[in-house]
Amino acid sequence: MALKSETYTIRSSDDVVRVRQIARAWASEIKLSLVDQTKLVTATSELARNTLEHGGGGAMTAEMVENGIRRGIKLTFTDQGPGIANLELALQDGYTTGNGMGLGLSGSKRLVNEFDIKSEPGLGTTVTIVRWK
Amino acid sequence: MDRIPILKVGDCLLVTIQVDMHDELAMSLQEDLTMQIAKHASRGVLIDISSLEIVDSFIGRMLANIAAMSRVLDAQTVVTGMQPAVAITLVELGMSLPGIRTALNVERGMELLREFIGRDAEAEDVDGAEE
Amino acid sequence: MSVFQQIVRTHETAILNGWMKEISIATRRSDLMNDAEMRQQSSEFLHLFTEATQVSSEVRSDAFAAAREFLKGVAKSRMEQGFTASEISMFVLSLKQPVFNVLRDEFKGDASKLVTEIWTSGDLLDKLAMMTVDAAIELREQTIARQQEEMMELSTPVVKLWDGVLALPLIGTLDSGRTQVVMESLLSAIVETNSQVAIIDITGVPTVDTLVAQHLIKTITAARLMGAECYLSGIRPAIAQTIVHLGIDLVDVQTKAKLSDAFKIALTRLGKAVVSIKNHPAARAEEQ
Repeated sequence: MALKSETYTIRSSDDVVRVRQIARAWASEIKLSLVDQTKLVTATSELARNTLEHGGGGAMTAEMVENGIRRGIKLTFTDQGPGIANLELALQDGYTTGNGMGLGLSGSKRLVNEFDIKSEPGLGTTVTIVRWK
Repeated sequence: MDRIPILKVGDCLLVTIQVDMHDELAMSLQEDLTMQIAKHASRGVLIDISSLEIVDSFIGRMLANIAAMSRVLDAQTVVTGMQPAVAITLVELGMSLPGIRTALNVERGMELLREFIGRDAEAEDVDGAEE
Repeated sequence: MSVFQQIVRTHETAILNGWMKEISIATRRSDLMNDAEMRQQSSEFLHLFTEATQVSSEVRSDAFAAAREFLKGVAKSRMEQGFTASEISMFVLSLKQPVFNVLRDEFKGDASKLVTEIWTSGDLLDKLAMMTVDAAIELREQTIARQQEEMMELSTPVVKLWDGVLALPLIGTLDSGRTQVVMESLLSAIVETNSQVAIIDITGVPTVDTLVAQHLIKTITAARLMGAECYLSGIRPAIAQTIVHLGIDLVDVQTKAKLSDAFKIALTRLGKAVVSIKNHPAARAEEQ
């Protein structure tokens, strides 16, 4: 169940900074520990950069979700870019198509509690992450 | 465009990153630093990141690049003041930045640089005596 | 409106007497509570219950607010007195018998009416009993959560051995959750005390599994990123074997058998040493 939900566009590297700050604000609102906040914001940074650089821009939807007594932040990154042909390969440490260290996807996965990726070559990519309190 | 100021202290360069950097800013810092090291023939570079709330793979790579480039230009790099939460996250992300020297704060970082530079100078003296 | 509400009101005293008798059979704990106290509590609740039923038959409604609050109080005080959860629920449940008794006397000839009234009043009391148990369990859960927190605090004693040298003597089984908390507090302590060296001593840890070992390694790496060095000491032979069998790589980690050995290299690292003052020039100078 989503307690609130908001969508932000990602078109420039300033937007990446902005969605990082939004992730930080939402994470502190549900009182995540400092380490958990940092992990969520770092994952946000990685994924928003992916959306911008590989997806040619897109959007992040932030949701505050509830599961029983636990609250969490769910972030969904969508783009209409070229998509990822081989997801398994893309999720491996060190795999890179851009100029990063290839830790974007695999690293972000380790920073959150739930990680889901859907990609259709030619249609775009959607990555959903959740960090529970 | 904004630029992060680089301070020259003797034969060292000092950078304090205080803003939430976007990627272009990080790239320009990397370029500026390399230029400054070459220009002043600096022997040490100290980057204080105690105000940074996150270090993602991009910033991590920038730090690693700066360290590698300054090494080529015969300068030592020390990164200081990384926050515990940032360090834990960076390790979890899979980046342990093996090529980078670190110190708890600017003061210790400067000590460390002095040590390196001093050691190099001694080595040169010894070389000189042998000739 | 069904009539059990009126009947209960008319026979309040009789019900209370019957209830007290019922309590004394079912859950009387004279070791925990005296009769007067029990009667007073019972009569107060019965009154609140009777009043509430006149207005509503829904236990979550505002009419029952006072009764609910009262039961919460009962649950709390009884929990503290040492009653069990079932004993606490019996406080409300034992009210059923006396209520049913007066209903039976009232509807002697009308079986279907009797069943309806028993069902309505019984349902109401069951729900109130469940609420009381819920309240009791919630209190217990709060206690457990608080104790867990206290235990976490107790189990993370980061101690200062010397200026710039911290030690974290770990004792007991390490699960992944506890290891994480311990490690976070160690890293914070490093910043707070401005310590260059931290020693994690696992003499008191019986076993180490892969996850815990990984946490240890991650912490040591994180400490290095912050500019501090971490040594691992007190590794038992059994743990050393486990570490090797699990294929955990400790190559980059400075390990020592004893805490004292780790302390020694920590001091060396800081350019300090412990020396014997016997026959030492400084000591001799003092003697003179």
